[in-house]
Amino acid sequence: MKRVPKRTSVDMSVDLARINLESPVFTASGCAAAGKELDQFIDITSIGAVVTKSVMLNPRSGRATPRMAETPSGMLNGIGLQGPGIDEFIANDLSWLSQKGAKTIVSIAGNNVEEFGKVADKLRDIPGVVGIEVNISCPNVENRGQVFACNPNAAADVINTVRRNVSASMPLFAKLSPDVTDITEIARAVVKAGADGLSVINTLLGMVIDIDTLKPKLSGKTGGLSGPAIRPVAIRCVYQIRKALPEIPIIGMGGIRNGRDAVEFFAAGANAVSVGTTVFNDPEACVRIHDEIAEILQEKGLRSIRDIVNVAHN
Amino acid sequence: MPIVHKGTVVDNKKVGSYFVLTATAADMPKEFKPGNFVAVAIGDERSSLILRRAFSIYQVNDRGVYGGTVDIVVSPHGPGTDYIASLKRNDPINLVGPLGKPFSLPKDPVPCVLVGGGYGAAPLFTLAEALTARGCRVDFILGASTQEKLFGMLEARRISTTLSVTTDDGTSGQMGRVTDVLPDVITKSNAAVVYACGPMQMLKAVSEVALLHGIVSQTSVEESMACGIGVCMTCVLPVIGDDGITRMLRSCVDGPAFRGDKVRWDQVGQIPADTWGAPSEGTH
Ligand SMILES: Cc1cc2nc3c(=O)[nH]c(=O)nc-3n(C[C@H](O)[C@H](O)[C@H](O)COP(=O)(O)O)c2cc1C
Ligand code: FES
Repeated sequence: MKRVPKRTSVDMSVDLARINLESPVFTASGCAAAGKELDQFIDITSIGAVVTKSVMLNPRSGRATPRMAETPSGMLNGIGLQGPGIDEFIANDLSWLSQKGAKTIVSIAGNNVEEFGKVADKLRDIPGVVGIEVNISCPNVENRGQVFACNPNAAADVINTVRRNVSASMPLFAKLSPDVTDITEIARAVVKAGADGLSVINTLLGMVIDIDTLKPKLSGKTGGLSGPAIRPVAIRCVYQIRKALPEIPIIGMGGIRNGRDAVEFFAAGANAVSVGTTVFNDPEACVRIHDEIAEILQEKGLRSIRDIVNVAHN
Repeated sequence: MPIVHKGTVVDNKKVGSYFVLTATAADMPKEFKPGNFVAVAIGDERSSLILRRAFSIYQVNDRGVYGGTVDIVVSPHGPGTDYIASLKRNDPINLVGPLGKPFSLPKDPVPCVLVGGGYGAAPLFTLAEALTARGCRVDFILGASTQEKLFGMLEARRISTTLSVTTDDGTSGQMGRVTDVLPDVITKSNAAVVYACGPMQMLKAVSEVALLHGIVSQTSVEESMACGIGVCMTCVLPVIGDDGITRMLRSCVDGPAFRGDKVRWDQVGQIPADTWGAPSEGTH
Protein backbone atom coordinates (compact mmCIF):
# COMPACT_ATOMS: atom_id res chain seq x y z
CA MET A 1 0.00 0.00 0.00
CA LYS A 2 1.39 3.38 -1.01
CA ARG A 3 1.61 5.65 1.97
CA VAL A 4 -0.55 8.81 1.97
CA PRO A 5 -0.79 11.49 4.67
CA LYS A 6 -3.06 10.72 7.61
CA ARG A 7 -6.20 12.74 7.98
CA THR A 8 -5.65 15.70 10.30
CA SER A 9 -7.62 18.69 11.57
CA VAL A 10 -4.53 20.87 11.10
CA ASP A 11 -4.55 22.94 7.92
CA MET A 12 -1.36 21.82 6.19
CA SER A 13 -1.93 23.71 2.94
CA VAL A 14 0.46 26.41 1.83
CA ASP A 15 0.30 29.26 -0.61
CA LEU A 16 3.77 29.71 -2.01
CA ALA A 17 4.44 32.38 -4.60
CA ARG A 18 0.94 32.00 -6.06
CA ILE A 19 0.97 28.19 -5.92
CA ASN A 20 -1.59 26.47 -3.71
CA LEU A 21 -0.31 23.17 -2.34
CA GLU A 22 -1.94 20.67 -0.01
CA SER A 23 1.23 19.88 1.89
CA PRO A 24 4.30 21.93 2.86
CA VAL A 25 6.59 18.94 2.30
CA PHE A 26 8.37 18.51 -1.06
CA THR A 27 11.09 16.27 -2.37
CA ALA A 28 14.54 17.87 -2.83
CA SER A 29 16.14 18.14 -6.24
CA GLY A 30 18.42 15.20 -7.02
CA CYS A 31 17.04 13.07 -4.21
CA ALA A 32 13.85 11.83 -5.84
CA ALA A 33 14.75 11.57 -9.56
CA ALA A 34 11.44 12.47 -11.26
CA GLY A 35 9.13 10.89 -8.72
CA LYS A 36 8.42 7.59 -10.45
CA GLU A 37 10.56 5.39 -8.21
CA LEU A 38 9.18 6.96 -5.02
CA ASP A 39 5.63 6.46 -6.24
CA GLN A 40 6.08 2.77 -5.42
CA PHE A 41 6.27 3.74 -1.73
CA ILE A 42 4.18 6.89 -1.39
CA ASP A 43 1.43 8.40 -3.49
CA ILE A 44 3.51 11.03 -5.23
CA THR A 45 0.44 13.23 -5.77
CA SER A 46 -0.19 13.39 -2.01
CA ILE A 47 2.92 15.40 -1.15
CA GLY A 48 3.24 19.16 -1.64
CA ALA A 49 5.33 19.00 -4.79
CA VAL A 50 7.88 16.88 -6.58
CA VAL A 51 11.08 18.86 -7.12
CA THR A 52 12.86 17.05 -9.93
CA LYS A 53 16.58 16.40 -10.46
CA SER A 54 18.25 19.44 -12.06
CA VAL A 55 17.99 19.09 -15.81
CA MET A 56 20.23 20.71 -18.40
CA LEU A 57 19.85 21.35 -22.11
CA ASN A 58 21.67 18.22 -23.32
CA PRO A 59 22.04 14.67 -22.02
CA ARG A 60 24.77 14.36 -19.35
CA SER A 61 26.62 11.22 -18.32
CA GLY A 62 27.57 12.75 -14.96
CA ARG A 63 30.86 12.05 -13.24
CA ALA A 64 32.77 8.82 -12.89
CA THR A 65 32.32 6.74 -9.74
CA PRO A 66 32.91 6.81 -6.79
CA ARG A 67 30.21 9.45 -6.59
CA MET A 68 29.52 9.34 -2.89
CA ALA A 69 31.01 8.88 0.53
CA GLU A 70 29.15 8.45 3.78
CA THR A 71 29.99 11.04 6.45
CA PRO A 72 28.89 11.51 10.06
CA SER A 73 25.12 12.14 9.89
CA GLY A 74 25.33 12.83 6.20
CA MET A 75 26.96 12.12 2.88
CA LEU A 76 29.13 13.70 0.24
CA ASN A 77 27.96 13.44 -3.37
CA GLY A 78 29.43 14.30 -6.71
CA ILE A 79 26.92 13.05 -9.28
CA GLY A 80 27.78 15.68 -11.88
CA LEU A 81 24.16 16.30 -12.86
CA GLN A 82 23.63 13.08 -14.79
CA GLY A 83 20.43 13.43 -16.78
CA PRO A 84 18.61 12.92 -20.07
CA GLY A 85 18.55 16.56 -21.24
CA ILE A 86 15.46 18.76 -21.28
CA ASP A 87 13.74 17.28 -24.38
CA GLU A 88 13.79 13.69 -23.19
CA PHE A 89 12.95 14.87 -19.68
CA ILE A 90 9.80 16.60 -20.94
CA ALA A 91 8.81 13.67 -23.16
CA ASN A 92 9.27 10.98 -20.49
CA ASP A 93 9.46 12.34 -16.97
CA LEU A 94 7.23 15.39 -17.11
CA SER A 95 4.58 13.62 -19.12
CA TRP A 96 4.49 10.82 -16.52
CA LEU A 97 4.23 13.33 -13.67
CA SER A 98 1.49 15.36 -15.32
CA GLN A 99 -0.48 12.27 -16.27
CA LYS A 100 -0.31 11.19 -12.61
CA GLY A 101 -1.54 14.58 -11.55
CA ALA A 102 1.55 15.41 -9.50
CA LYS A 103 2.50 19.00 -8.72
CA THR A 104 5.95 19.47 -10.19
CA ILE A 105 8.65 22.03 -9.58
CA VAL A 106 11.25 21.55 -12.29
CA SER A 107 14.84 22.19 -11.25
CA ILE A 108 17.00 23.52 -14.08
CA ALA A 109 20.74 24.05 -14.44
CA GLY A 110 23.15 25.36 -17.05
CA ASN A 111 26.81 25.64 -17.94
CA ASN A 112 26.31 29.28 -18.84
CA VAL A 113 23.63 31.96 -18.57
CA GLU A 114 22.32 31.30 -22.06
CA GLU A 115 21.76 27.59 -21.36
CA PHE A 116 19.54 28.41 -18.36
CA GLY A 117 17.42 30.57 -20.66
CA LYS A 118 17.10 27.85 -23.29
CA VAL A 119 16.11 25.20 -20.78
CA ALA A 120 13.53 27.51 -19.18
CA ASP A 121 12.06 28.39 -22.57
CA LYS A 122 11.33 24.70 -23.25
CA LEU A 123 9.16 24.59 -20.14
CA ARG A 124 6.53 27.01 -21.40
CA ASP A 125 3.01 25.57 -21.34
CA ILE A 126 3.95 22.16 -20.00
CA PRO A 127 1.06 20.82 -17.90
CA GLY A 128 1.69 20.00 -14.24
CA VAL A 129 4.65 22.35 -13.87
CA VAL A 130 3.76 24.62 -10.96
CA GLY A 131 7.15 26.26 -10.62
CA ILE A 132 10.78 26.32 -11.67
CA GLU A 133 13.68 25.99 -9.26
CA VAL A 134 16.84 27.48 -10.70
CA ASN A 135 19.89 25.57 -9.47
CA ILE A 136 22.55 28.26 -9.60
CA SER A 137 24.95 26.21 -7.49
CA CYS A 138 26.74 24.94 -10.56
CA PRO A 139 29.94 26.19 -12.17
CA ASN A 140 29.90 28.75 -14.95
CA VAL A 141 32.15 27.33 -17.66
CA GLU A 142 32.47 30.79 -19.17
CA ASN A 143 33.86 32.26 -15.98
CA ARG A 144 36.62 29.86 -14.90
CA GLY A 145 34.09 27.56 -13.30
CA GLN A 146 32.98 30.09 -10.72
CA VAL A 147 29.70 28.98 -9.15
CA PHE A 148 26.86 31.33 -10.16
CA ALA A 149 25.40 31.27 -6.65
CA CYS A 150 28.62 32.63 -5.17
CA ASN A 151 28.48 35.94 -6.99
CA PRO A 152 25.50 38.32 -6.75
CA ASN A 153 25.88 39.58 -10.32
CA ALA A 154 26.26 36.16 -11.88
CA ALA A 155 23.32 34.84 -9.83
CA ALA A 156 21.17 37.80 -10.86
CA ASP A 157 22.15 37.36 -14.51
CA VAL A 158 20.84 33.80 -14.50
CA ILE A 159 17.56 34.68 -12.80
CA ASN A 160 17.06 37.62 -15.11
CA THR A 161 17.56 35.45 -18.17
CA VAL A 162 15.26 32.71 -16.90
CA ARG A 163 12.61 35.31 -16.00
CA ARG A 164 12.64 36.60 -19.57
CA ASN A 165 12.23 33.07 -20.95
CA VAL A 166 9.17 31.98 -18.97
CA SER A 167 5.66 33.33 -18.71
CA ALA A 168 5.23 36.18 -16.22
CA SER A 169 3.00 34.02 -14.04
CA MET A 170 5.48 31.13 -13.68
CA PRO A 171 6.83 31.08 -10.11
CA LEU A 172 10.64 31.04 -10.03
CA PHE A 173 12.68 29.84 -7.08
CA ALA A 174 16.40 30.54 -6.92
CA LYS A 175 18.32 27.83 -5.11
CA LEU A 176 21.10 29.28 -3.02
CA SER A 177 24.45 27.93 -1.92
CA PRO A 178 25.52 28.31 1.71
CA ASP A 179 29.16 28.60 0.62
CA VAL A 180 29.15 32.39 0.59
CA THR A 181 30.15 35.11 3.02
CA ASP A 182 26.75 36.78 3.14
CA ILE A 183 23.83 34.75 1.83
CA THR A 184 21.43 37.69 2.22
CA GLU A 185 23.40 39.62 -0.40
CA ILE A 186 22.80 36.86 -2.96
CA ALA A 187 19.19 36.51 -1.84
CA ARG A 188 18.53 40.22 -2.41
CA ALA A 189 20.24 40.14 -5.80
CA VAL A 190 18.15 37.25 -7.15
CA VAL A 191 14.89 38.63 -5.79
CA LYS A 192 15.63 41.93 -7.47
CA ALA A 193 16.34 40.01 -10.70
CA GLY A 194 12.88 38.45 -10.62
CA ALA A 195 12.92 35.40 -8.34
CA ASP A 196 9.53 34.85 -6.68
CA GLY A 197 11.00 32.68 -3.95
CA LEU A 198 14.17 31.08 -2.61
CA SER A 199 15.23 27.48 -2.04
CA VAL A 200 17.65 27.33 0.86
CA ILE A 201 20.12 25.54 0.98
CA ASN A 202 22.05 23.52 -1.54
CA THR A 203 24.89 21.25 -0.33
CA LEU A 204 28.12 22.52 1.24
CA LEU A 205 31.35 21.86 -0.61
CA GLY A 206 33.34 19.13 1.14
CA MET A 207 36.00 16.46 0.73
CA VAL A 208 36.68 13.02 2.14
CA ILE A 209 40.09 11.31 1.91
CA ASP A 210 40.21 7.54 1.60
CA ILE A 211 42.78 6.48 4.17
CA ASP A 212 43.72 3.34 2.22
CA THR A 213 44.65 5.16 -0.97
CA LEU A 214 45.29 8.51 0.77
CA LYS A 215 43.48 10.18 -2.13
CA PRO A 216 40.12 11.99 -2.26
CA LYS A 217 37.37 9.38 -2.17
CA LEU A 218 35.18 10.98 -4.84
CA SER A 219 36.26 10.88 -8.48
CA GLY A 220 35.55 14.61 -8.67
CA LYS A 221 37.68 15.11 -5.52
CA THR A 222 35.19 17.52 -3.91
CA GLY A 223 31.48 16.93 -3.47
CA GLY A 224 28.36 18.34 -1.85
CA LEU A 225 27.72 17.64 1.82
CA SER A 226 24.10 16.95 2.79
CA GLY A 227 22.08 15.34 5.55
CA PRO A 228 21.44 16.15 9.23
CA ALA A 229 25.08 17.28 9.63
CA ILE A 230 24.29 20.49 7.72
CA ARG A 231 20.95 21.30 9.36
CA PRO A 232 22.19 24.05 11.72
CA VAL A 233 23.84 25.80 8.77
CA ALA A 234 20.60 25.60 6.80
CA ILE A 235 18.52 26.91 9.71
CA ARG A 236 20.90 29.83 10.10
CA CYS A 237 20.63 30.66 6.38
CA VAL A 238 16.83 30.55 6.39
CA TYR A 239 16.74 32.71 9.50
CA GLN A 240 19.08 35.35 8.09
CA ILE A 241 17.24 35.53 4.78
CA ARG A 242 13.86 35.79 6.49
CA LYS A 243 15.18 38.68 8.55
CA ALA A 244 16.50 40.44 5.45
CA LEU A 245 13.48 39.74 3.24
CA PRO A 246 10.38 39.46 5.46
CA GLU A 247 7.94 38.68 2.62
CA ILE A 248 9.85 36.33 0.30
CA PRO A 249 8.56 32.75 0.05
CA ILE A 250 11.24 30.29 1.24
CA ILE A 251 11.53 26.54 0.65
CA GLY A 252 13.82 25.36 3.45
CA MET A 253 16.00 22.26 3.26
CA GLY A 254 19.14 20.68 4.63
CA GLY A 255 19.15 17.65 6.89
CA ILE A 256 15.44 17.30 7.59
CA ARG A 257 14.90 13.87 9.03
CA ASN A 258 11.62 14.18 10.92
CA GLY A 259 8.77 16.51 11.74
CA ARG A 260 10.70 18.23 14.54
CA ASP A 261 13.49 19.17 12.14
CA ALA A 262 10.93 20.54 9.68
CA VAL A 263 9.29 22.62 12.43
CA GLU A 264 12.68 24.25 13.10
CA PHE A 265 12.72 25.39 9.47
CA PHE A 266 9.19 26.82 9.62
CA ALA A 267 9.97 28.68 12.82
CA ALA A 268 13.13 30.09 11.22
CA GLY A 269 11.07 31.43 8.33
CA ALA A 270 10.51 28.68 5.75
CA ASN A 271 7.05 28.45 4.16
CA ALA A 272 7.65 24.92 2.86
CA VAL A 273 10.40 22.31 3.14
CA SER A 274 12.21 19.84 0.89
CA VAL A 275 13.46 16.47 2.12
CA GLY A 276 16.60 15.18 0.40
CA THR A 277 19.12 12.76 1.84
CA THR A 278 16.61 11.32 4.32
CA VAL A 279 14.65 9.84 1.41
CA PHE A 280 17.58 7.48 0.79
CA ASN A 281 17.08 6.19 4.32
CA ASP A 282 13.29 6.20 4.24
CA PRO A 283 11.51 6.22 0.88
CA GLU A 284 8.31 7.16 2.71
CA ALA A 285 9.93 10.17 4.40
CA CYS A 286 7.98 12.96 2.68
CA VAL A 287 4.63 11.55 3.82
CA ARG A 288 5.90 10.53 7.26
CA ILE A 289 7.32 14.00 7.90
CA HIS A 290 4.05 15.60 6.78
CA ASP A 291 2.24 13.48 9.39
CA GLU A 292 4.78 14.27 12.09
CA ILE A 293 4.54 18.02 11.47
CA ALA A 294 0.75 17.84 11.76
CA GLU A 295 1.04 15.96 15.06
CA ILE A 296 3.46 18.49 16.52
CA LEU A 297 1.22 21.39 15.51
CA GLN A 298 -1.75 19.63 17.05
CA GLU A 299 0.16 19.13 20.31
CA LYS A 300 0.98 22.82 20.34
CA GLY A 301 -2.66 23.64 19.78
CA LEU A 302 -2.04 25.26 16.41
CA ARG A 303 -4.62 25.04 13.63
CA SER A 304 -2.50 25.79 10.60
CA ILE A 305 1.04 25.29 9.39
CA ARG A 306 1.08 29.01 8.65
CA ASP A 307 0.79 29.72 12.39
CA ILE A 308 4.31 28.47 13.01
CA VAL A 309 6.11 30.21 10.16
CA ASN A 310 8.54 32.88 11.36
CA VAL A 311 7.78 32.48 15.06
CA ALA A 312 11.49 32.28 15.93
CA HIS A 313 11.71 35.94 14.93
CA ASN A 314 9.05 37.27 17.27
CA MET B 1 6.23 -3.63 -5.45
CA PRO B 2 8.96 -3.14 -2.87
CA ILE B 3 7.94 -2.26 0.67
CA VAL B 4 9.50 -0.64 3.73
CA HIS B 5 9.33 -3.20 6.52
CA LYS B 6 10.02 -2.59 10.19
CA GLY B 7 10.95 -6.12 11.10
CA THR B 8 12.86 -8.07 13.68
CA VAL B 9 15.85 -10.35 13.57
CA VAL B 10 14.81 -13.99 13.80
CA ASP B 11 18.33 -15.42 13.76
CA ASN B 12 21.90 -14.31 13.07
CA LYS B 13 24.55 -16.99 12.95
CA LYS B 14 28.20 -17.01 12.07
CA VAL B 15 29.11 -19.12 9.04
CA GLY B 16 32.81 -19.03 8.23
CA SER B 17 33.78 -15.37 7.89
CA TYR B 18 30.16 -14.36 7.38
CA PHE B 19 26.87 -13.96 9.21
CA VAL B 20 23.64 -15.38 7.88
CA LEU B 21 20.87 -13.15 9.16
CA THR B 22 17.19 -14.06 9.01
CA ALA B 23 14.69 -11.22 9.38
CA THR B 24 10.94 -10.95 9.25
CA ALA B 25 9.93 -9.48 5.92
CA ALA B 26 6.11 -9.54 5.66
CA ASP B 27 5.11 -10.03 2.02
CA MET B 28 8.58 -9.63 0.50
CA PRO B 29 8.98 -13.38 -0.16
CA LYS B 30 5.83 -13.38 -2.31
CA GLU B 31 7.28 -10.69 -4.56
CA PHE B 32 10.80 -12.11 -4.56
CA LYS B 33 12.62 -13.33 -7.66
CA PRO B 34 16.20 -14.68 -7.68
CA GLY B 35 18.67 -11.79 -7.97
CA ASN B 36 16.60 -9.32 -5.93
CA PHE B 37 18.19 -7.53 -2.98
CA VAL B 38 17.15 -5.74 0.19
CA ALA B 39 18.45 -2.43 1.58
CA VAL B 40 18.98 -2.54 5.32
CA ALA B 41 18.99 0.55 7.57
CA ILE B 42 21.89 0.95 9.99
CA GLY B 43 20.54 1.64 13.47
CA ASP B 44 17.34 3.45 14.33
CA GLU B 45 15.94 6.78 13.19
CA ARG B 46 18.56 8.61 15.27
CA SER B 47 21.52 6.75 13.78
CA SER B 48 24.35 8.84 12.37
CA LEU B 49 24.75 6.36 9.50
CA ILE B 50 22.00 7.44 7.14
CA LEU B 51 22.66 5.26 4.11
CA ARG B 52 21.25 1.77 3.85
CA ARG B 53 23.41 -1.21 2.93
CA ALA B 54 22.36 -3.49 0.08
CA PHE B 55 22.38 -7.30 0.39
CA SER B 56 21.44 -9.96 -2.12
CA ILE B 57 18.58 -12.05 -0.86
CA TYR B 58 19.97 -15.48 -0.06
CA GLN B 59 16.78 -17.34 0.92
CA VAL B 60 13.13 -16.51 1.42
CA ASN B 61 10.43 -18.27 3.37
CA ASP B 62 6.86 -17.11 2.98
CA ARG B 63 5.17 -19.50 5.40
CA GLY B 64 7.39 -19.66 8.47
CA VAL B 65 6.34 -19.34 12.12
CA TYR B 66 7.21 -15.64 11.79
CA GLY B 67 5.31 -15.10 8.54
CA GLY B 68 7.53 -14.12 5.63
CA THR B 69 11.28 -13.99 6.25
CA VAL B 70 14.38 -13.26 4.18
CA ASP B 71 17.97 -14.39 4.73
CA ILE B 72 20.99 -12.29 3.84
CA VAL B 73 24.72 -12.99 4.04
CA VAL B 74 26.74 -10.29 5.78
CA SER B 75 30.49 -9.85 5.48
CA PRO B 76 31.50 -7.44 8.25
CA HIS B 77 33.99 -4.93 6.85
CA GLY B 78 32.91 -1.47 7.97
CA PRO B 79 30.70 0.36 10.46
CA GLY B 80 27.44 -0.55 8.68
CA THR B 81 28.10 -4.23 8.08
CA ASP B 82 29.67 -4.57 11.56
CA TYR B 83 26.43 -3.24 13.01
CA ILE B 84 24.29 -5.70 11.07
CA ALA B 85 26.60 -8.57 11.98
CA SER B 86 26.20 -7.64 15.67
CA LEU B 87 22.39 -7.84 15.64
CA LYS B 88 20.80 -10.44 17.91
CA ARG B 89 17.55 -12.35 17.82
CA ASN B 90 14.53 -10.03 18.39
CA ASP B 91 16.49 -6.87 17.58
CA PRO B 92 14.61 -4.47 15.31
CA ILE B 93 15.73 -4.30 11.67
CA ASN B 94 14.37 -2.08 8.92
CA LEU B 95 14.36 -3.48 5.38
CA VAL B 96 13.36 -2.12 1.98
CA GLY B 97 12.74 -4.71 -0.70
CA PRO B 98 12.63 -6.70 -2.80
CA LEU B 99 14.71 -4.39 -5.00
CA GLY B 100 16.53 -4.64 -8.31
CA LYS B 101 15.94 -6.51 -11.54
CA PRO B 102 16.04 -10.26 -11.07
CA PHE B 103 18.27 -12.57 -13.13
CA SER B 104 16.85 -13.38 -16.57
CA LEU B 105 16.12 -17.07 -16.91
CA PRO B 106 16.62 -19.02 -20.15
CA LYS B 107 13.43 -19.97 -22.00
CA ASP B 108 14.67 -23.48 -22.77
CA PRO B 109 16.04 -26.04 -20.31
CA VAL B 110 19.71 -25.39 -21.16
CA PRO B 111 22.70 -26.21 -18.93
CA CYS B 112 23.86 -23.31 -16.75
CA VAL B 113 27.05 -22.66 -14.77
CA LEU B 114 26.74 -20.61 -11.58
CA VAL B 115 29.88 -18.86 -10.34
CA GLY B 116 30.03 -17.30 -6.88
CA GLY B 117 32.92 -15.34 -5.42
CA GLY B 118 32.92 -15.32 -1.59
CA TYR B 119 29.60 -14.13 -0.12
CA GLY B 120 28.68 -13.15 -3.69
CA ALA B 121 27.39 -16.70 -4.00
CA ALA B 122 24.36 -15.72 -1.87
CA PRO B 123 21.80 -15.05 -4.66
CA LEU B 124 22.82 -18.12 -6.68
CA PHE B 125 21.03 -20.74 -4.57
CA THR B 126 17.48 -19.56 -5.21
CA LEU B 127 18.56 -19.06 -8.82
CA ALA B 128 19.74 -22.68 -8.97
CA GLU B 129 16.36 -23.83 -7.68
CA ALA B 130 14.51 -21.76 -10.27
CA LEU B 131 16.75 -23.12 -13.04
CA THR B 132 16.38 -26.71 -11.84
CA ALA B 133 12.60 -26.27 -11.76
CA ARG B 134 12.80 -25.36 -15.45
CA GLY B 135 14.76 -28.50 -16.19
CA CYS B 136 18.16 -26.80 -16.53
CA ARG B 137 21.29 -28.66 -15.53
CA VAL B 138 23.19 -26.60 -12.94
CA ASP B 139 26.94 -26.73 -12.32
CA PHE B 140 28.41 -24.67 -9.51
CA ILE B 141 31.78 -23.01 -9.08
CA LEU B 142 32.60 -21.36 -5.77
CA GLY B 143 35.76 -19.35 -5.24
CA ALA B 144 37.29 -17.20 -2.51
CA SER B 145 40.63 -15.98 -1.26
CA THR B 146 40.66 -18.64 1.44
CA GLN B 147 38.51 -21.49 2.80
CA GLU B 148 36.80 -19.39 5.51
CA LYS B 149 35.48 -17.05 2.84
CA LEU B 150 33.81 -19.69 0.71
CA PHE B 151 30.06 -19.60 1.09
CA GLY B 152 27.45 -22.32 0.63
CA MET B 153 29.56 -25.38 -0.27
CA LEU B 154 27.21 -27.98 1.18
CA GLU B 155 24.17 -26.44 -0.37
CA ALA B 156 25.85 -25.96 -3.73
CA ARG B 157 26.83 -29.62 -3.76
CA ARG B 158 23.26 -30.65 -3.00
CA ILE B 159 21.61 -28.67 -5.80
CA SER B 160 24.17 -29.00 -8.58
CA THR B 161 25.39 -31.68 -10.96
CA THR B 162 29.01 -30.79 -10.21
CA LEU B 163 30.66 -28.43 -7.76
CA SER B 164 34.14 -27.01 -8.32
CA VAL B 165 35.94 -25.02 -5.66
CA THR B 166 38.93 -22.71 -5.94
CA THR B 167 40.81 -20.65 -3.36
CA ASP B 168 43.66 -18.21 -3.94
CA ASP B 169 45.71 -19.85 -1.18
CA GLY B 170 44.76 -23.47 -1.87
CA THR B 171 43.17 -24.01 1.57
CA SER B 172 40.15 -25.58 -0.14
CA GLY B 173 39.62 -27.04 -3.61
CA GLN B 174 41.97 -26.10 -6.39
CA MET B 175 44.47 -23.32 -5.81
CA GLY B 176 43.72 -20.44 -8.18
CA ARG B 177 40.80 -18.51 -9.58
CA VAL B 178 37.28 -19.51 -10.61
CA THR B 179 38.18 -18.71 -14.19
CA ASP B 180 40.92 -21.39 -14.08
CA VAL B 181 38.24 -24.07 -13.89
CA LEU B 182 35.37 -22.29 -15.68
CA PRO B 183 36.34 -23.22 -19.28
CA ASP B 184 36.44 -26.90 -18.38
CA VAL B 185 33.08 -26.77 -16.58
CA ILE B 186 31.48 -24.97 -19.52
CA THR B 187 32.82 -27.54 -21.98
CA LYS B 188 31.91 -30.60 -19.93
CA SER B 189 28.40 -29.41 -19.08
CA ASN B 190 27.83 -27.98 -22.55
CA ALA B 191 26.62 -24.83 -20.81
CA ALA B 192 24.65 -22.16 -22.63
CA VAL B 193 24.59 -19.57 -19.84
CA VAL B 194 26.97 -18.51 -17.06
CA TYR B 195 25.61 -16.63 -14.04
CA ALA B 196 28.12 -14.90 -11.80
CA CYS B 197 28.08 -12.80 -8.68
CA GLY B 198 31.14 -11.55 -6.83
CA PRO B 199 33.87 -8.92 -7.06
CA MET B 200 34.10 -6.77 -10.23
CA GLN B 201 37.40 -8.30 -11.35
CA MET B 202 35.90 -11.77 -11.16
CA LEU B 203 32.81 -10.73 -13.12
CA LYS B 204 34.98 -9.22 -15.81
CA ALA B 205 37.07 -12.40 -16.06
CA VAL B 206 33.96 -14.63 -16.12
CA SER B 207 32.30 -12.63 -18.88
CA GLU B 208 35.49 -12.83 -20.94
CA VAL B 209 35.53 -16.63 -20.63
CA ALA B 210 31.83 -16.78 -21.57
CA LEU B 211 32.49 -14.60 -24.59
CA LEU B 212 35.34 -16.88 -25.70
CA HIS B 213 32.98 -19.85 -25.52
CA GLY B 214 30.29 -17.96 -27.38
CA ILE B 215 27.78 -18.24 -24.55
CA VAL B 216 25.71 -15.72 -22.59
CA SER B 217 26.77 -14.43 -19.18
CA GLN B 218 24.62 -12.73 -16.56
CA THR B 219 26.70 -10.87 -14.01
CA SER B 220 25.35 -9.39 -10.79
CA VAL B 221 27.41 -6.35 -9.83
CA GLU B 222 28.09 -4.86 -6.43
CA GLU B 223 28.35 -1.07 -6.75
CA SER B 224 28.24 1.27 -3.83
CA MET B 225 24.64 2.40 -3.40
CA ALA B 226 23.27 5.34 -1.44
CA CYS B 227 19.55 4.65 -1.92
CA GLY B 228 19.03 1.26 -3.62
CA ILE B 229 15.76 2.48 -5.16
CA GLY B 230 16.95 4.44 -8.18
CA VAL B 231 16.74 8.04 -6.99
CA CYS B 232 20.33 9.10 -6.19
CA MET B 233 22.45 8.14 -9.24
CA THR B 234 25.47 7.03 -7.21
CA CYS B 235 25.54 3.39 -8.33
CA VAL B 236 26.17 3.78 -12.06
CA LEU B 237 28.40 1.90 -14.48
CA PRO B 238 28.89 2.05 -18.25
CA VAL B 239 26.63 -0.45 -20.05
CA ILE B 240 26.05 -0.83 -23.78
CA GLY B 241 22.36 -0.71 -24.72
CA ASP B 242 20.50 -2.64 -27.41
CA ASP B 243 20.99 0.38 -29.65
CA GLY B 244 24.77 0.06 -29.28
CA ILE B 245 25.00 3.25 -27.20
CA THR B 246 26.81 3.23 -23.85
CA ARG B 247 24.94 4.80 -20.96
CA MET B 248 25.68 5.19 -17.27
CA LEU B 249 23.06 2.81 -15.85
CA ARG B 250 21.99 2.48 -12.25
CA SER B 251 22.97 -0.90 -10.85
CA CYS B 252 20.12 -0.77 -8.31
CA VAL B 253 17.24 -0.55 -10.80
CA ASP B 254 18.71 -1.39 -14.22
CA GLY B 255 20.67 -4.21 -12.51
CA PRO B 256 22.23 -5.55 -10.37
CA ALA B 257 22.29 -8.32 -13.01
CA PHE B 258 23.58 -7.20 -16.41
CA ARG B 259 24.62 -9.19 -19.46
CA GLY B 260 28.38 -9.60 -19.06
CA ASP B 261 29.11 -8.70 -22.67
CA LYS B 262 27.25 -5.38 -22.28
CA VAL B 263 29.22 -4.04 -19.31
CA ARG B 264 32.36 -2.07 -20.18
CA TRP B 265 34.41 -3.70 -17.46
CA ASP B 266 37.67 -1.95 -18.27
CA GLN B 267 35.95 1.39 -17.81
CA VAL B 268 33.93 0.76 -14.67
CA GLY B 269 34.77 3.77 -12.52
CA GLN B 270 35.19 5.96 -15.61
CA ILE B 271 33.03 7.68 -18.19
CA PRO B 272 34.02 6.17 -21.55
CA ALA B 273 34.41 8.99 -24.07
CA ASP B 274 31.59 7.70 -26.29
CA THR B 275 29.07 7.47 -23.43
CA TRP B 276 25.72 9.15 -24.01
CA GLY B 277 26.17 12.69 -22.65
CA ALA B 278 29.89 12.30 -21.89
CA PRO B 279 31.62 15.58 -21.10
CA SER B 280 33.12 17.48 -23.95
CA GLU B 281 36.26 19.41 -23.07
CA GLY B 282 35.81 21.52 -19.95
CA THR B 283 32.09 21.16 -19.30
CA HIS B 284 31.99 18.95 -16.22
C1 LIG C 1 22.74 12.73 -4.26
C2 LIG C 1 22.31 14.16 -4.27
C3 LIG C 1 22.04 14.79 -5.48
C4 LIG C 1 21.63 16.13 -5.53
N1 LIG C 1 21.36 16.71 -6.72
C5 LIG C 1 20.91 18.00 -6.77
C6 LIG C 1 20.54 18.61 -7.99
O1 LIG C 1 20.58 17.99 -9.06
N2 LIG C 1 20.12 19.89 -7.96
C7 LIG C 1 20.02 20.61 -6.81
O2 LIG C 1 19.61 21.78 -6.85
N3 LIG C 1 20.34 20.05 -5.63
C8 LIG C 1 20.78 18.77 -5.57
N4 LIG C 1 21.08 18.20 -4.35
C9 LIG C 1 20.94 19.00 -3.12
C10 LIG C 1 19.61 18.75 -2.43
O3 LIG C 1 18.52 19.11 -3.25
C11 LIG C 1 19.52 19.53 -1.11
O4 LIG C 1 19.59 20.90 -1.37
C12 LIG C 1 20.64 19.17 -0.14
O5 LIG C 1 20.98 17.82 -0.23
C13 LIG C 1 20.28 19.47 1.31
O6 LIG C 1 19.15 18.76 1.73
P1 LIG C 1 19.23 17.32 2.50
O7 LIG C 1 20.21 17.48 3.61
O8 LIG C 1 17.83 17.06 2.95
O9 LIG C 1 19.70 16.34 1.50
C14 LIG C 1 21.50 16.85 -4.31
C15 LIG C 1 21.76 16.22 -3.10
C16 LIG C 1 22.15 14.88 -3.05
C17 LIG C 1 22.40 14.24 -1.73
S1 FES D 1 21.70 3.45 -5.33
FE1 FES D 1 20.63 5.30 -5.64
S2 FES D 1 20.24 5.23 -7.77
FE2 FES D 1 21.14 3.31 -7.37
